[in-house]
Amino acid sequence: MAVTITIPTALRQYAGGQARVTAASGPIGAVLKGLTEQYPQLGTQLYNEQGQLRSFVNIYVGDEDIRHLQGVETSVPDGETVSIIPAIAGG
Amino acid sequence: MVEFQRDDARQHVLELVGNTPLLRLNRIASLPPGVSLFAKAEWYNPGGSVKDRPALWMIRDGERRGLLRPGMRIADATSGNTGIAYATLGAALGYPVTLALPENASLERRRMLRALGAELILTDAGEGMDAAIQAIRELVASTPERYFYPDQYNNPANVQSHYDTTGAEIWRQSGGQVTHFVAALGTCGTFTGTGRRLRAENPNIRLVAVQPDGPYHALEGVKHLASTAHVPGIYDATLADATLVVSSEAALAMARRLARAEGLLVGISAAANVVAALRVARELETGTVVTILCDSAAKYLSGPFWDEATLTEGEGI
Repeated sequence: MAVTITIPTALRQYAGGQARVTAASGPIGAVLKGLTEQYPQLGTQLYNEQGQLRSFVNIYVGDEDIRHLQGVETSVPDGETVSIIPAIAGG
Repeated sequence: MVEFQRDDARQHVLELVGNTPLLRLNRIASLPPGVSLFAKAEWYNPGGSVKDRPALWMIRDGERRGLLRPGMRIADATSGNTGIAYATLGAALGYPVTLALPENASLERRRMLRALGAELILTDAGEGMDAAIQAIRELVASTPERYFYPDQYNNPANVQSHYDTTGAEIWRQSGGQVTHFVAALGTCGTFTGTGRRLRAENPNIRLVAVQPDGPYHALEGVKHLASTAHVPGIYDATLADATLVVSSEAALAMARRLARAEGLLVGISAAANVVAALRVARELETGTVVTILCDSAAKYLSGPFWDEATLTEGEGI
């Protein structure tokens, strides 16, 4: 089993055009690090120069914002979905 | 005793659209002598944002063309503010409103729209505005006689509203002194219409567009044109003299600074405009820079950045 990461339209160009990527389960911080090692350009969009998630990046595990869970320590169990939620663009 | 002045009474909410104050920003940063920075306080519009202007012009244009008639619904895709404008003006004019917007539009916006009686179609957050546009086009195509679809991204009346009002007001309120106009690109209506008007008044005016630093950003309502699949039809690539890139972090930090240093509780795209306008102003020896405060912070108060410890106020300017 693995976890599914949904990639918003705006970021798919940095993830080989994929809408969904699978990854091994674990803490969300490690899941995202694995994703951005696979797709380095995605990393520059999501992380700042200090290697932290940029403050406005919205990551959901299931339906819950990780800010309201355990942040980057939030565990992502097998079968769960991780969503990277974009800002809303244009009018 | 103060007498009630009949001239002060407004007959209709529509009369509140436009003629917003032009505010001088003088506490957020020191500027060279001879340089001033002004901003249009667009939350003074009845729907609370700059979008009342294009919404009203598109509705009136639809009526004149016979595309919007009594009994029809107004339908469009919107990230929020244009929707609030349609819902506000639609209610005042007796037109019901259907809007498609991504499900991650802030809770405040969705509540505001429902409170105004709008019917909402929430689309997949990950698919962004493209999915909302697709949803509304399918709805309208299914029963075209039922809907008026203004299509704010491609409607010249959007641009015209800013030519007739925003641009004209800035020229008048600055006494013709404006030298630089700075605004972010979303539908591109504000930048294109205001820019064209100011350039018609003074061909030497400098027009500076604002863009986020990538396709994934926090500037709700602003579009990263280099990566979008749908460049708005009203975008005029020949207009801007320069384009400045503003990071989301700089905009969020500026939103907080504007609140605490100027008493101006404004939204994130407004703050991005101020970041860019300040950069322009600091490079000048003399000049008058004008930008747009698109809306207030009322719809963004649930955002975590107001208390974010790692944000440095004034960063990135």
